[in-house]
Amino acid sequence: MSSPTIKEVLLNPIFANNPIGLQILGICSALAVTSSLQVTIVMCLAVIIVCAFSNLFVSVIRSQIPNNIRIICQMIIIASLVIVVDQALKAFAYEISKQLSVFVGLIITNCIVMGRAEAFAMKNPPVISFFDGVGNGLGYSIVLLAMAFIRELLGAGKLFGVAILPVVNDGGWYVPNGMLLLPPSAFFIIALLIWALRVWKTDQVESPDFKIAPNSKVVEAA
Amino acid sequence: MIEYYLSLLIKAIFIENMALAFFLGMCTFLAISKKIQTAIGLGIAVIVVLTITVPINNLIFTYLLKDGALAWAGLPDVDLSFLGLLSYIGVIAALVQILEMVLDKYVPALYNALGVFLPLITVNCAIMAGSLFMVERDYNFAESTVYGLGAGIGWALAIASLAGIREKMKYSDVPEGLRGLGITFLTVGLMSLGFMSFSGIQL
Repeated sequence: MSSPTIKEVLLNPIFANNPIGLQILGICSALAVTSSLQVTIVMCLAVIIVCAFSNLFVSVIRSQIPNNIRIICQMIIIASLVIVVDQALKAFAYEISKQLSVFVGLIITNCIVMGRAEAFAMKNPPVISFFDGVGNGLGYSIVLLAMAFIRELLGAGKLFGVAILPVVNDGGWYVPNGMLLLPPSAFFIIALLIWALRVWKTDQVESPDFKIAPNSKVVEAA
Repeated sequence: MIEYYLSLLIKAIFIENMALAFFLGMCTFLAISKKIQTAIGLGIAVIVVLTITVPINNLIFTYLLKDGALAWAGLPDVDLSFLGLLSYIGVIAALVQILEMVLDKYVPALYNALGVFLPLITVNCAIMAGSLFMVERDYNFAESTVYGLGAGIGWALAIASLAGIREKMKYSDVPEGLRGLGITFLTVGLMSLGFMSFSGIQL
């Protein structure tokens, strides 16, 4: 990776190198907070902000951090940022912060933030690190928003709490699929999203551990 | 009394399973479940760390951070609970480091078995979440010990069973785009559906 441009670090993580689809990072929160679109957007903003600024700060002091305690230094920076976000949420959006419960705190251990700080910000100058953080946050957000869209629309017939498909209980025609609001459905949706992404970008397909030999015909076996 | 703690333990293991009901520790859960052997090693490490960190964070919360907790130091009006996140992660990171050194010195066999997983545990959301849930639910010291143990066992159980399934699945013919990560997600989804059947149990 020789001096990547801002455009590259901003756009690459969205599809080509998506943190959730390819790097397997930050999946925990992706599954737990996506049952309604509003909560998801707040979560995404929080992650983008934390990821961008933690990258910026880690990168600013990257040459001062002693190598063997770097993890703790990164942790402290990230944790302080998360506390700021958490307090801000409690002050301005108390209802939503209640719904997110522990998951705001869990941004600290969200592997995207940590992973980017370690893999990118420790090696690159501040400005580009900042945009790398934004880009990865966006990549994460896009998957989350897609999931939340599907789950809220089909599970409750609503978007942002506004009825889109009138449900049967209120005299409409749509029978909501309650399973989509349950946690396991998040796994299925994410699996399908990854499948779709990999059909489109075929270079992301993993190679199988074993190849199945072609069927041997009875005649050949004999 | 014993009954109460037992039901708390069972609840933490099955009904509120960290991995399959709350989706915590998913990153490591998916990344390190290709072999049963390593999955079990990681599971044991998580049990140990959770059982130690949750009660310690509980002590820190009750005696240092809670609203009015500093009354013993003559500061009854101080509320430091906003420092919670920072101190929990600090405790976790420090403990994991200490545990690593102690194991290296006294139990080298276990240390070698756990290997790279010990440092990895610092960033495992399940550990952090254990402490956060403990605060949210107001557990006391004894309860948080039991809860930590139960949550750890539940997580270990989940990763061991997923590893078992994935070892078998290696030999199946999965559609191209679904191979690897995709099919693992589907499997975990089905497992989580299975674990949901516990959710109706009242203890």
